[in-house]
Amino acid sequence: MTTALLVAFVLAVFRISVPYVLAAVGGTLSERAGVVALGLEGMLLTGAFCAAVGAEAGGPAVGALAGAMGGAGVGVILAACVVYGRADGVVVGVAINLIALGGTRVAMQYVWQSASSSPTIPGLSGGWAGAAGLAALAVSGVAAAALTRTAWGLRVRAVGEHPAAATSLGIDVAQLRFGAVALSGALAGLGGAWLALDNHGFVDRMSGGRGYIALAAVIMGRWHPGFAALAAVCFAATEAAQLQLQAVVSGGAREFIQMLPYLLTLVALAGVLGRSRPPAALGRNV
Amino acid sequence: MFGRQAIAVGVVVNLLLLAAGLGRPSAEVASDRVRVGLVFDVGGLGDKSFNDAAHIGLVRAEETLDAQISTVEPGDGSDRESALRQLAAAGNDLVIGVGFIFTDDIRRIAGEFPDVKFACVDFSVGPGDPPPPPNLLGLRFREEEGSFLVGAAAGLASKTGKVGFIGGMMIPLIQKFEAGYVDGVRAVCPTCEVSIAYAGTEPKAFADPTTGKELALAQYGRGADVIFHASGKTGAGVFVAAREKGKMAIGVDADQFHEAPCCVLTSMVKDVDVAVYDTVLAVATDKFKGGLSEFGVKEGGVRYVFDDRNAAMWPDGARERVEALSAEIAAGLRTVPTVPQ
Repeated sequence: MTTALLVAFVLAVFRISVPYVLAAVGGTLSERAGVVALGLEGMLLTGAFCAAVGAEAGGPAVGALAGAMGGAGVGVILAACVVYGRADGVVVGVAINLIALGGTRVAMQYVWQSASSSPTIPGLSGGWAGAAGLAALAVSGVAAAALTRTAWGLRVRAVGEHPAAATSLGIDVAQLRFGAVALSGALAGLGGAWLALDNHGFVDRMSGGRGYIALAAVIMGRWHPGFAALAAVCFAATEAAQLQLQAVVSGGAREFIQMLPYLLTLVALAGVLGRSRPPAALGRNV
Repeated sequence: MFGRQAIAVGVVVNLLLLAAGLGRPSAEVASDRVRVGLVFDVGGLGDKSFNDAAHIGLVRAEETLDAQISTVEPGDGSDRESALRQLAAAGNDLVIGVGFIFTDDIRRIAGEFPDVKFACVDFSVGPGDPPPPPNLLGLRFREEEGSFLVGAAAGLASKTGKVGFIGGMMIPLIQKFEAGYVDGVRAVCPTCEVSIAYAGTEPKAFADPTTGKELALAQYGRGADVIFHASGKTGAGVFVAAREKGKMAIGVDADQFHEAPCCVLTSMVKDVDVAVYDTVLAVATDKFKGGLSEFGVKEGGVRYVFDDRNAAMWPDGARERVEALSAEIAAGLRTVPTVPQ
């Protein structure tokens, strides 16, 4: 019996962690390049919406692609405002999240005549949870390798630490930041696509704050894609534990367990897990 | 860099949108068509249960009674009050709020618009509350009775002796479902285990299918083979889990068989659509009366579904037992608890 429970728990963690991990990896890339990744929530939500529309039209694969593209599109808008418009990344990120919230409702009304839910769409069955979870972790490994071992990764990090020095060496700061943010959008969009495909439908405000928790994971992971992914899995694990434990405990203990993911966030951000230093030029426009 | 021009453009665009919204002519030529406005509960349209049932009733009123209907799906808490107010001020004859959560707002707005009639589905009444104003009709259902019957069905149909309950928001209304369900399970299977889980403590717990699916998978993983959900749109996730695992589920508020044709044992139907239609009819024929209306098994306002689609999932003799229990409740021989024991 306990092995069955453990297997169920692990599968649940995999399933829940996909959007957190992908958004956290995307957030790391964006922040390492010097752009604050507060728009992750909007990218997740837009990705989920686009995936639902795409899946309805052409199946889960088209949905996943549409989700990534939708997220990338949001990333492009954020990047344009921050990099070329020199707007404050925090303000633009919050604005993006608000626009995504309202925009998806308006779009839903047109597409499905309901501002709250989509009809059931062809999605992915639960059997995909393990594969998706492992794939997300693999993405984080690739991102970590790309950041530390490739020339592109070096340039991205340079741009996030000291853009003036990077410019003096002939690196196009704007272009690199643009690319990093668009990529972060694509990853977060893919995470959102998983949400919609796993749920077989899009629901208003489906991202549920996951983008903000992914940002907390980025900070907890000290801006390293691999550790950020691990932190994201920790958050997913507390959420999975909370859901599984509800059946076992009752009363006040249940509320305490529901609080665990957020408690973990606070603990992590309070620096209990060691001090972390953000990229030096994070949030500063050149 | 974009600076002041951008801000100016933004302000102008916002003012234009505002003007467009306000300037729309609110009431068309006063005709003898009854005008009805309806505001949905959390989860909105497409929840395949509570809100959709209300919508069905409203659409039937539009088709049969030639009513002019308008609906609003609120996004957030504060939207609800402004939606009610907007519909009341727009010249509607009847404004309906669907869900217990409208109770306080609709009381207040009914007081402000004494010439408009209001109705609230699942209107909640506390021990010290005054009666509703004469232009407000509170529609209440004895969900614990219907939940009792589906609990009995679950207890009889379960092969593992374990069943589950997944509620949406943890509030007294949903605890009525829980209390009735557990009582029903125990009435036919005293040794059965019932797992209880709630998706959350805020209204959005009624619109969270992802959590519903996780909770259902957790309960099925523990051995439950029938899960009754009382969680609105969150239940969509329960059905996804039921389909994946091939285990049984019980729907709520509407016949949810089509959600998982393999696996829906029955549904606890709450005739919200009938209540909405009847209220519109009353307003259209000038027979509207404020106050409180209650519907239970006796009045036929809550019932369980048994037809040739799900009959195969019911064990032999189960139907007869549930019918007998239903008759007991209707005759007043059995009272179902409204609070979990």
